[in-house]
Amino acid sequence: MKLEGEVRIPSGCAISGIFSKSGERIKGDQIIKSIAVMHDRSNGLGGGFAAYGIYPEYKDSYAFHVFYETLQDIKNCEEFLNEHFDVINLSKIPVRKHPKINKEPYIWRYFVNPHETKLQSSELGEDEYVAQCVIKVNATIKGAYIFSSGKNMGVFKGLGYPEDLGEFYKLDEYAGYCWTAHGRYPTNTPGWWGGSHPFNLLNYSVVHNGEISSYDANKRYIEMFGYKCNLLTDTEVITYIVDFLNRKQKLTFEELSEIIAAPFWSTIDRMPKEQRELLTYFRNKFSSLLITGPFSILVGFEGGIMALNDRLKLRSMVVGERRDRVYFASEESAIRVIEPKLDKLWSPTGGEPVIVTLDEEDDKEDDK
Amino acid sequence: MKIKVDLMHFQELNKLIKQTPDLFVELKNCIGQRYIASGLSEKEVVIEGTPGNALAAYLSGSTIRVYGNVQEATGDTMDEGLVYVYGSAGDATGYSMRGGKIFVRDDAGYRAGIHMKAYEDKIPKLVIGGKAGCFLGEYQAGGIIIVLGLGEDETPVGDFCATGMHGGKIYIRTNNPPEHLGEQILVNKVDNLDEINDLILEFCDVFDIPIERINQKPFYVLTPNSAHPYKKMYTHH
Amino acid sequence: MYPNYEVIRNEKKCINCNLCLNQCSNEVFYYENEELCSDDSKCVNCHRCVELCPKRALKIVKSDHVYKDNNYWTKDDLEDIYRQANSGGILLSSMGNPQKYPIYWDKMVINASQVTNPSIDPLREPMETKTFLGKKSANIKRDKYGKIITTQPPQLKLSVPIMFAAMSYGALSYNSHESLARAATELDILYNTGEGGLHKNLYKYGKNTVVQVASGRFGVHKDYLEAGVAIEIKMGQGAKPGIGGHLPGKKIIGDISKTRMIPEGSDAISPAPHHDIYSIEDLRQLVYSLKEATDYKKPIIVKIAAVHNVSAIASGIARSGADIISIDGFRGGTGATPTRIRDNVGIPIEMALASVDQRLREEGIRHTVSLIASGGIRNSADIVKALALGADAVYIGTSAMLALGCHMCRSCHQGNCNWGLATQNPELTKRLSIEQGYKNLVNLVRAWEHEITDMMGGMGINSIEALKGNRLMLRGIDLNEKELQILGIKYVGE
Repeated sequence: MKLEGEVRIPSGCAISGIFSKSGERIKGDQIIKSIAVMHDRSNGLGGGFAAYGIYPEYKDSYAFHVFYETLQDIKNCEEFLNEHFDVINLSKIPVRKHPKINKEPYIWRYFVNPHETKLQSSELGEDEYVAQCVIKVNATIKGAYIFSSGKNMGVFKGLGYPEDLGEFYKLDEYAGYCWTAHGRYPTNTPGWWGGSHPFNLLNYSVVHNGEISSYDANKRYIEMFGYKCNLLTDTEVITYIVDFLNRKQKLTFEELSEIIAAPFWSTIDRMPKEQRELLTYFRNKFSSLLITGPFSILVGFEGGIMALNDRLKLRSMVVGERRDRVYFASEESAIRVIEPKLDKLWSPTGGEPVIVTLDEEDDKEDDK
Repeated sequence: MKIKVDLMHFQELNKLIKQTPDLFVELKNCIGQRYIASGLSEKEVVIEGTPGNALAAYLSGSTIRVYGNVQEATGDTMDEGLVYVYGSAGDATGYSMRGGKIFVRDDAGYRAGIHMKAYEDKIPKLVIGGKAGCFLGEYQAGGIIIVLGLGEDETPVGDFCATGMHGGKIYIRTNNPPEHLGEQILVNKVDNLDEINDLILEFCDVFDIPIERINQKPFYVLTPNSAHPYKKMYTHH
Repeated sequence: MYPNYEVIRNEKKCINCNLCLNQCSNEVFYYENEELCSDDSKCVNCHRCVELCPKRALKIVKSDHVYKDNNYWTKDDLEDIYRQANSGGILLSSMGNPQKYPIYWDKMVINASQVTNPSIDPLREPMETKTFLGKKSANIKRDKYGKIITTQPPQLKLSVPIMFAAMSYGALSYNSHESLARAATELDILYNTGEGGLHKNLYKYGKNTVVQVASGRFGVHKDYLEAGVAIEIKMGQGAKPGIGGHLPGKKIIGDISKTRMIPEGSDAISPAPHHDIYSIEDLRQLVYSLKEATDYKKPIIVKIAAVHNVSAIASGIARSGADIISIDGFRGGTGATPTRIRDNVGIPIEMALASVDQRLREEGIRHTVSLIASGGIRNSADIVKALALGADAVYIGTSAMLALGCHMCRSCHQGNCNWGLATQNPELTKRLSIEQGYKNLVNLVRAWEHEITDMMGGMGINSIEALKGNRLMLRGIDLNEKELQILGIKYVGE
């Protein structure tokens, strides 16, 4: 059977997210409880979590989470890492034996900083340097796969139901201001841990529900700009699009949502002139980045989260608020199970992004 | 029978509801269990919490009361019976409904009443108290949809309302009837509410809303101008 | 030589109305001893008489006259030699390459959604086919207030990615031209003047016009360049790659002479190359001279024939300032072309398009130029496949002619078009009414648009840009590994 990346596998899913606007660190058991309610939206062939704010002691270093198939792969990859980075700390990611999780690969974690001279001679910015290294490892070092590469954040994923993976990874022992989760329903089982979601590059992580119909149009466009879609999954290409538009083109999340989930022409034509011109410009210029077909996504980024539905809203998603917490899920019950009392609950419309960021720290202002 | 649901599996729960000789079933703290009361007849089920998708699918005569919101595809292909939602409903509420009545106190998501159909005396009815999302009554082939727009100043329906509608009626209570509808849709102000009076009274009665509130705004009715809008599209090979 | 086709008249049905006799510009019918006869050798099989016969008394059949069986020397081979031995002439033909080469369109099948994502109902859900053509950068620029600067190089807007291909006034009749112009206007798409200039009356259709500049530069002047929304430089044409054109003096009459700006009766000869372009850097010179002349307000299209090195050539064109590249495959039609060239030079558009699109992507410049594919687009499925392979839009020429009434007798070069399209004989040109012609074109494009959205909906795509270059929507059948590799598609079942 072909591995993920050698063949494109459509899949359905469940997603869930929790965000604390005040930056309060929430333990991982909450998100596990939420995603578990939607057990039937997954089929045990993949699940995962992204957590932000979990490595404050190493917050200025890139945290690489890596899957390895063999001990030799570890050697090969570490050779590359040592050549390009200063490795500050390395260890196996602690896991708990779980009856339903098996055949796990070697799972390692490295806190790294780009090698000073290598970085300078590359003439790249730090993020770009790291991104290129990650893409290179994943494309060229067989048996090694960096599945998490951001700062003060981490992705935990694998084969199995998400709630089981959450226990396996001991997520109850981590605490972060933002969590997203994904339960996967792929249409076959290539049995590869790297194929699960969230997909991550630098600080961006994406969980996604649905199967997009524009995949190859998006992929063949974004690959012109140095990305390599190794996994052939929707989530991967969406992550690269977000990275390209937000990090490289400096578009805001509102703006990029107007590109990937652009309003219909009939809606644009009714807009006031300035807005109409901008939206027409976006749709014309980035026509190949329009994503069609059903999707609801949660995009985690440094200090924030964006939820977005496709423009026809072919997937369900609800958002709830309680005090400083914002909850996102494919189904309302997945929110109610962890927060029965909500101040507010709504379903964002198709193409309407919900963007939540950490409250500004105004302490400094107060000191003056 | 009273069931404390919590995280019980839907199969276990639905089996209990079906097998009990009790005609009255109460569910407490429901959390996302799917297919509750699917195909159920005769019984009355009262639910607290958030039932899962496809609540009351193929419903065959039972009465369902939900004190909370409902998720997607409530009343999917429902045939007969009553659903009262004391809250909001998710997407595709009443998909392909062929009979019975659904009352949603607050809002409904996308594609409410999509492909509702009627035949002889089977006329399904969907009443939404607040606003409805885009594609309300898409492909509607029969039956009656009412959107009351309570608490809404704007048009209480989203874009692409009634696209492909070729039967039935959509009543919208508003000062601002929707614009940019398909050319096959006729919009008329309603002079006579006889056809929906009973439904409005039932809505007000169930959700305890004074009828005077309803009377504050006019109703518009959307109807298709043809039962076969696409006949000109084809040429024979 | 015995005629290829025979006219069969059913005397029981015939009422001797003489309509056939009066209609046939090839003078097939005549009376002998008060009996209506036909000279089959003059028949080009254009069906004018057949279609108009009020009693359906006429039909054309393929002659069953045969040579001795030979699997190598065919009837066509023999007869071409007899013709050339008699005349010493180059064989001349019309329309596109009719030979038995593989038709790759027919070896690709289209995807549809089942379960994992929903198909979309195009009759009820919004389906978008609006297309922009032109150069785009991938970078965002903001002004000092942080506002995004939305100015772009000039863009063409099409309601549906179909354009009417270049066919000159001169090769075609005035009525044909105005039908195309009017249809393009009603459809909110574009038609192309071809290389024969633009008749004064048609300037009013400028918003839906592409003006063409070819090596002969007929009818090219400042107002002409300003007349349309884009300028196309014709470097080559699929029906006759590598050679120029020749409109015989007998077609250069009246308004055609005026429009082409050459004397009546003078041959209009388009040289094989542009004599100011002997290398790729010279193309840049022509592109920019046209941009300068029109103040950078109009996208420049460079049209080439699909030939062996098409992807490298296209890459060069993309870097020479062109906004749009139009590629014409070997099935592309024409009003006159040497037969051997039509039938033996050039490559299929499917392969050319796939290879150009991929090459430009590999070089990271696909977005800097739009691609128009042409040369044998027969139906809406061909268009869907072209878009999925990577085209931004297609040109249709032959299909548009058929919509106007052409019956593919492939005798345009003889100038006696019985349907009034490829002729300047006023008795014949009046047979096409603009009113009917433009309606037929509008009908065709609208019908295809419906079919395109039907297929898009099936794939779960509600906007045409998501189809563009989306090769996963195609699978190959009856193709070898190499063909699949060039087309960039998987085999059925994969």
